[in-house]
Amino acid sequence: MNKRRQVPENTRGFYKISWDLLKKNKMAMVCLWIVIALVFVAIFAPLLAPYDPDLQIIKEKLQKPNRIHLLGTDEYGRDILSRIIFGCRISLSVGVISQLIGMVIGFFMGVCAGYFGKKVDAIISFIIQVFSSFPFLLFAIAIMFVLGPGLNNLYIALGLLSWTTTARLIRGDVLKLKNSEYIQACIVGGGSNFRIIMKHLLPNCFYTLIVTLTLGIPNAILSEASMSFLGLGVQPPMSSWGSMISGAQSYIRSATYYSVAPGVAIIITVMAFNLLGDGLRDALDPKMRS
Amino acid sequence: MIFAISFITFFILNIVPGNPVQLMLGEFATPETIERVTHEMGLDKPVWQQYFNWLGKMLKGDFGVSYFQQRPVIELLGKAFKVTARLALSSYVLAMFFGIAFGIIAAMHQNKFLDKLLMVLSIGGISAPNFWIAIILQIVFGLKLHWLPISGVRTFAAYVLPTIALGTRYAASISRITRTSMLEVVKQDYVRTARAKGLSRWKVTMRHTFRNALIPIVTVAGSDLSTIFTGSMLIEMVFSIPGVGKMFLDCIGNRDLPLVEGGVMYIATICVIVYLAVDLLYAVIDPRIRLGGENE
Repeated sequence: MNKRRQVPENTRGFYKISWDLLKKNKMAMVCLWIVIALVFVAIFAPLLAPYDPDLQIIKEKLQKPNRIHLLGTDEYGRDILSRIIFGCRISLSVGVISQLIGMVIGFFMGVCAGYFGKKVDAIISFIIQVFSSFPFLLFAIAIMFVLGPGLNNLYIALGLLSWTTTARLIRGDVLKLKNSEYIQACIVGGGSNFRIIMKHLLPNCFYTLIVTLTLGIPNAILSEASMSFLGLGVQPPMSSWGSMISGAQSYIRSATYYSVAPGVAIIITVMAFNLLGDGLRDALDPKMRS
Repeated sequence: MIFAISFITFFILNIVPGNPVQLMLGEFATPETIERVTHEMGLDKPVWQQYFNWLGKMLKGDFGVSYFQQRPVIELLGKAFKVTARLALSSYVLAMFFGIAFGIIAAMHQNKFLDKLLMVLSIGGISAPNFWIAIILQIVFGLKLHWLPISGVRTFAAYVLPTIALGTRYAASISRITRTSMLEVVKQDYVRTARAKGLSRWKVTMRHTFRNALIPIVTVAGSDLSTIFTGSMLIEMVFSIPGVGKMFLDCIGNRDLPLVEGGVMYIATICVIVYLAVDLLYAVIDPRIRLGGENE
């Protein structure tokens, strides 16, 4: 039995140091709490919403904010606050799920390109270039037309379009890592490619993945809002912030307050994720430590 | 690159369900008529043959004829392009001006109130969906204050609100990258030397810091220029501006394939040209890139 080398107690792990750095960043911490609150709202939407978001009371349509309906009602007499609370579910799920899809595709494409090099790299790099030179919104619209509108298709469309950033960064990481001694030792030692990728490369790319994921979510949320605004995303009666703004557009003359609330919801969410992502990037970047 | 995009576009659009001939002729068309028209338009040939026909014609500058408006695609595109270009370029100029100015001001007042205010504004600008800003602008300046028209492109004033709505996001992103890039350069020794020489603060900022901070700014500005042409789509919808974006959204709905394909190719071409221009601009602003080849 060989004894494990004793690790001095006062050394902190990589993630502990990052966490301590993040805690010092007040802005990022506030945003972290906002994100946690949003997740909470999304999970417990049915408990928090004062009304059924799809309940139509035509008599009470287009009301101004009042005591019964805190943010007023829409053109079908549905409670706007409840619809925003339920919309949070859509936005967050689109953000997270589409980015997870993109992250998985991006990781494997990036690792393959960086690790195997040569022809594989050339082909994957070309695909990345084609995908990223193509205007995002245009591509998303085209894919949604092929798949048809709907929530599941939205996950797929935005996921399929967001992998290139991850792939490019992971490729760069892997190219650097591949030349490091311990990876070379693994290769010489006869480790299988799959094992090296999953056991050694994945943990070392982890921080790139976290940062691209967090910074990808706000973009996905904005794209979802844009698609739903165009009527290509979430289908009625499901409530999405984008489609609420689209609905409000017809009533800007009579019900100005209607369009304000969903927009503010989008801004707060996207801003929180953006600032949290920036904070994470600073905290996790080893270069910032020295 | 453009070929790859043309290929993808064509095939994606051809799997889109919905028969354009049926849509064009209306629901009372007899099957015989539909068949005859399909044949006349060459839509009964295999997809790959259609693709090469289309590609061949396109290389000669013939984008085909719109199914619905029965006019050459190139003519319709040209007309819409003028409108989009006016909107996109004016927003771009606005975004560059305010973005760079705010970025420099923020960097000069690092960590002071002005810096924090500008950065909060810019993160807000990045986070707000532009179609929402558009609607809010319509409400405030169009409906409440009655200062500016809220739709169409008849007068110069009609362009003001769409320009602001479209430009905000880009101004915000440019100001952020300008600030970051400026702050990197400020740490350099030559900036301190320039200050120590007795040059004024303003002169050092413009002559020494800003010029050396340009590369990342140009990169972001370049990709912004290509996305602003597609980003205008939503703004065109909100303000009913007859530009390429609105045309694209209208005609994708009724399966007007030649027009959609033409539109995509136009946007792809713009992107490729912009990327090329950015690469050339690198050489202009950074002598190391320009002379790099000779030194090696």
